[in-house]
Amino acid sequence: METLPLLDVHDLTVEFATRRGVVRAVEHVDLSVRRGEILGIVGESGSGKSVTSYAVMRILDRAGRIAEGSVTFSGMDLRDLPESDMRDLRGREISMVFQNPRAALNPIRKIGRQIEDVLLRHGQCTRADARAKAIAMLDRVRIARPEERYDAYPFELSGGMCQRVVIALALACRPRLLIADEPTTGLDVTTQKAVMDLIVELTRESRMSAILITHDLGLAAAYCDSVMVMEKGRVVEAAPAATIFSAPTHPYTKRLLRATPRPGATLRDLVMDPPPETVPAAIPKTGRLLDVRGLVKTYGAVNAVDGIDLHIDRGESVGLVGESGCGKSTTSMMIMRLLDPSDGSIHFDGQEIAAIPARAFPRHPLRKRIQMVFQDPTDSLNPRFTAERAIADPILRMADRMGRDALRARCEDLAGLVGLPTHLLDRFPHQLSGGQKARVGIARAIALNPDLVILDEPTAALDVSVQAVVLNLLEELKISLGMSYLFVSHDLHVVRLLCDRVIVMRAGRIVEQGTAQQVLEAPTADYTRELLAAVPHPPA
Amino acid sequence: MSATELGIVRPASGLTATLQHARHVITENPVTGVAFALFLVLILAAILGPSLVPYDPLATDSSASLRPPSAAHWFGTDQLGRDIFSRVVVATRLDMIIAVSSVAVVFAAGGLAGISAGYFGGWTDRIVGRLADTIMAFPLFVLAMGIVAALGNTVTNIVIATAVVNFPLYARLARAEANIRRDAGFVLAARLAGNTDARILLFHILPNILPIMVVQMSLTMGYAILNAAGLSFIGLGVRPPTPEWGIMVAEGAAGIISGEWWVALFPGLTLMGAVFCFNLLGDGLRDIVDPRRRT
Amino acid sequence: MKALRPIGRRMATALPSVVGVIIVTFLLTRVLPGDTAAYFAGPAATPTAIAEIKARLGLDQSLPVQFIRYVGDLVRGDFGSSLTTGQPVLSDITARLPASAELVLVALVLAVSIAVPLGIIAALKERSFIDHACRVVATAGVSLPVFFTGLLLVYVFYYILGWSPSPLGRLDVFATTPPTITGFYLIDTLLTGDLEGFHGTVAQLALPAATLAIFALAPIARMTRGSMLAVLESDFVRTARAAGLPPTTVVLTYAFRNAVLPVITTLGMVFSFLLGASVLVEKVFAWPGIGSYAVEALIASDYAPVQGFVLVMAVLYLLLNLCIDILYGLIDPRVRIDA
Repeated sequence: METLPLLDVHDLTVEFATRRGVVRAVEHVDLSVRRGEILGIVGESGSGKSVTSYAVMRILDRAGRIAEGSVTFSGMDLRDLPESDMRDLRGREISMVFQNPRAALNPIRKIGRQIEDVLLRHGQCTRADARAKAIAMLDRVRIARPEERYDAYPFELSGGMCQRVVIALALACRPRLLIADEPTTGLDVTTQKAVMDLIVELTRESRMSAILITHDLGLAAAYCDSVMVMEKGRVVEAAPAATIFSAPTHPYTKRLLRATPRPGATLRDLVMDPPPETVPAAIPKTGRLLDVRGLVKTYGAVNAVDGIDLHIDRGESVGLVGESGCGKSTTSMMIMRLLDPSDGSIHFDGQEIAAIPARAFPRHPLRKRIQMVFQDPTDSLNPRFTAERAIADPILRMADRMGRDALRARCEDLAGLVGLPTHLLDRFPHQLSGGQKARVGIARAIALNPDLVILDEPTAALDVSVQAVVLNLLEELKISLGMSYLFVSHDLHVVRLLCDRVIVMRAGRIVEQGTAQQVLEAPTADYTRELLAAVPHPPA
Repeated sequence: MSATELGIVRPASGLTATLQHARHVITENPVTGVAFALFLVLILAAILGPSLVPYDPLATDSSASLRPPSAAHWFGTDQLGRDIFSRVVVATRLDMIIAVSSVAVVFAAGGLAGISAGYFGGWTDRIVGRLADTIMAFPLFVLAMGIVAALGNTVTNIVIATAVVNFPLYARLARAEANIRRDAGFVLAARLAGNTDARILLFHILPNILPIMVVQMSLTMGYAILNAAGLSFIGLGVRPPTPEWGIMVAEGAAGIISGEWWVALFPGLTLMGAVFCFNLLGDGLRDIVDPRRRT
Repeated sequence: MKALRPIGRRMATALPSVVGVIIVTFLLTRVLPGDTAAYFAGPAATPTAIAEIKARLGLDQSLPVQFIRYVGDLVRGDFGSSLTTGQPVLSDITARLPASAELVLVALVLAVSIAVPLGIIAALKERSFIDHACRVVATAGVSLPVFFTGLLLVYVFYYILGWSPSPLGRLDVFATTPPTITGFYLIDTLLTGDLEGFHGTVAQLALPAATLAIFALAPIARMTRGSMLAVLESDFVRTARAAGLPPTTVVLTYAFRNAVLPVITTLGMVFSFLLGASVLVEKVFAWPGIGSYAVEALIASDYAPVQGFVLVMAVLYLLLNLCIDILYGLIDPRVRIDA
């Protein structure tokens, strides 16, 4: 017997009043969640997926309002419910888990008290047993030593622990619907898996329904019963999870699915019309380009990098993989000569460079041969420089003097190489999209034909569809310009696409290295296996 | 969640966007427009004032002392029969010179010290920080009193004292702004592009900090005027019979309890208006420079 | 005991500031215009008398030696003597300090109790009438020259309306001085049950305290509003709302407790303004505090009281900042660990 859905959203339209007039963030959205169902809402940034959930909870900010449609929860019309009734509902019937868990908790209130606040508010406990119930809740979300943690403040807990506390808050009153908005974004992969497993397990255990909002198709595939794909405020496709991955119908879903890295897929599989195979640089260079031995970086008594040996050959791409704090960024900064190592040697093209102080390296002739593409394209572009000025910066500083026209021509060449339309060269960073900014950053890095480019999570801040394009671009450039890459990332599946060899780091040391195939298909270290298992991916 | 975060609002190109934004700020908050206008009036009064006023600001006339405002004397006359309107207008130049020069001095010194401290860290940071802390350990007006009392009762020393007490404000602001940018991606990228520290500081970090510093300048202009007027009110710095707003209020203070309100009121209102103008201007500029920092 | 340790540590970090203050006041003594000894000797002194005074004051010694002497004098509580009153500066200042302290503290309490609620309401009702009023008050308040506000208030409330007693000092000329217990007339009159005296004290205190409070109100209201707005948009307030917590809990327990932290930090600056402005207000209202003492000395070119005043003000300000830090630590658990 098919009963009424728990949540039924019909023809929902949400408008925001902005300076440039009214903007529709969500248009004509229909969705329904049955009892015990987990629905995934998938979309890239700006798709309106979070706004939809805020509208359901009626916690849109002042500028936003529901313009059309209805929201029915358990037979009740939420749109016309008085605010005081809505408050009774929030936290007791419908709860929410947010991204960025540390910021989601009151920084100066003990976490136990924050859980008590919710319990007391919804009459789930008395003053007398509040503490015991809060501790039981902490225990339920698997926080070790809950009695002690009751008195902890958020800043004393790790990100993963904070997210468990937020989950405890959300589930404290046993709601019937849980909305999780990107609950694992910003957490390490292994923590991500633990948090997602916990959410799903507790949901199933108490027969709750849930909405999982995510940009990650893999996550939705792994945990949801049905999936709804949103693009630009509209639902483009909604179907059971199995169907949507095996037989996507809408072109956008197909594109998104295709762009998501998954086992067995090659780089060219990620884009709809792959570019023609790139012709390699005229004379393929061979031989050792970089040789790092016994590299150590000490901060106080802590060895952030604890004796690393690695090498990169000409034309080779090497992936450096690990979770946050494993020392991969510190290692790349030292090779980049932005940071002075405490010990060890770095030979670049036969020359020892570890001893040259980082402060003096900008004037060193090798500077232009080692370049970098940064993680956050926004942060890595000077807000006051146009795209052209940013690309021209290394040329102005390190190339032979050239006239203004020659410089412009060179920048246009570079823009062409990275697929940046030349009319965008006069724009400032805030006028460019994420993908365009990434291209500017890449053009700047290759402006002087470097031999080694360090890619520091170059796609971490980008949507998957943009990531797929940028990764392909990087591969093309590597082949046509004969460069070597050191690709620093937390995601083994992304690294595999671009790299010949992979190095896995943990706590400042290398735990495993080998060819990409070896490491991904037959990992020898337990840690590598754990990392691999933690990343969800859609069925191939 | 704002529309910008949602990626819905398309940005216009550079200059147009700034102008659009400036226009928006002025239309949304017309007070900023008024402040700009007031500012122009102040500048004009400072430049042309002395050649426009109807009376010699120093000429005494014992037969016309303490006259209330009239058609002949718009703001009335003081104990010595001097025309208050003329004195108020002429005083603009002196007060503005004090404020502008002290702010210019502290902008250069504090700004430079601050961004070096924020960028280089280490000893530079410690020395600048200690200097700022020591100044901040005094109530600022009291320190200014002490400095003028020690250095001597001159206009130059008022400028110095005002600059000194404002030093920590500029040094700390510039330090904080430089410090958060020191490890920003674009600074690292600039280093990779072969820029030396000096170049990075001057051509990459400074232009990004400048707008915030300019807002600060506008806000401290008001404080500098108040500070100078306060010092002359208690008899430091400018000496009679020189027309200056603070002194003129002090001269009118005695008349307040006997009903001669105009002697103190007009210079006081002008002083207030000038400070108000700079504060509003600072707020308006802040909105233009950084819409998210509206308070 | 364990709770006191961070406080002790914070006091230790104030030491360099104390040293800095002493060095600066010493330097201010040494760069006095003209001949210091000539000032101490008075206008009618002969060259020999000046030389004698110079030797007595140690002004013929090298700077480091003079500095050691200066510190030694300070430790013994010797701030020099005032030429105008003929008394040791320290005893003059101690006698006048309660008057200033009472004025400043009453003004502060007044300002905080108006500004904080105003800031909160303005933030909660953004773009409403009260919000605009708060913005105007905040900007106008910092633009007001205190000496001018004081005069305006006197004109309105004394000359026109006649509500307020003549703006001269802490007490009516004919009233008797209450016995000194704390030196704060408000408290002393209450302790001795002198209700009439208390009433008189309030009447005298009202205008100068209001003048100072109007000045201090602005930065506090501005900061409260700004930080409330920021906190109300924060993720944890959204979490609290999504958990259905009632508005009072969200605003007071969640938002305000966090928003008050930057306000407490601002209090440091407010104290700096208040102590400075109190000098001007004391002059306007002939208030017998240390500010008017210093101004009188300045006019008479009597520098020892001015130096003593600067030093005492700096020490007071340091102590106030210490209290602010301790208060901050009580509210914010994060600094307890970091300190």
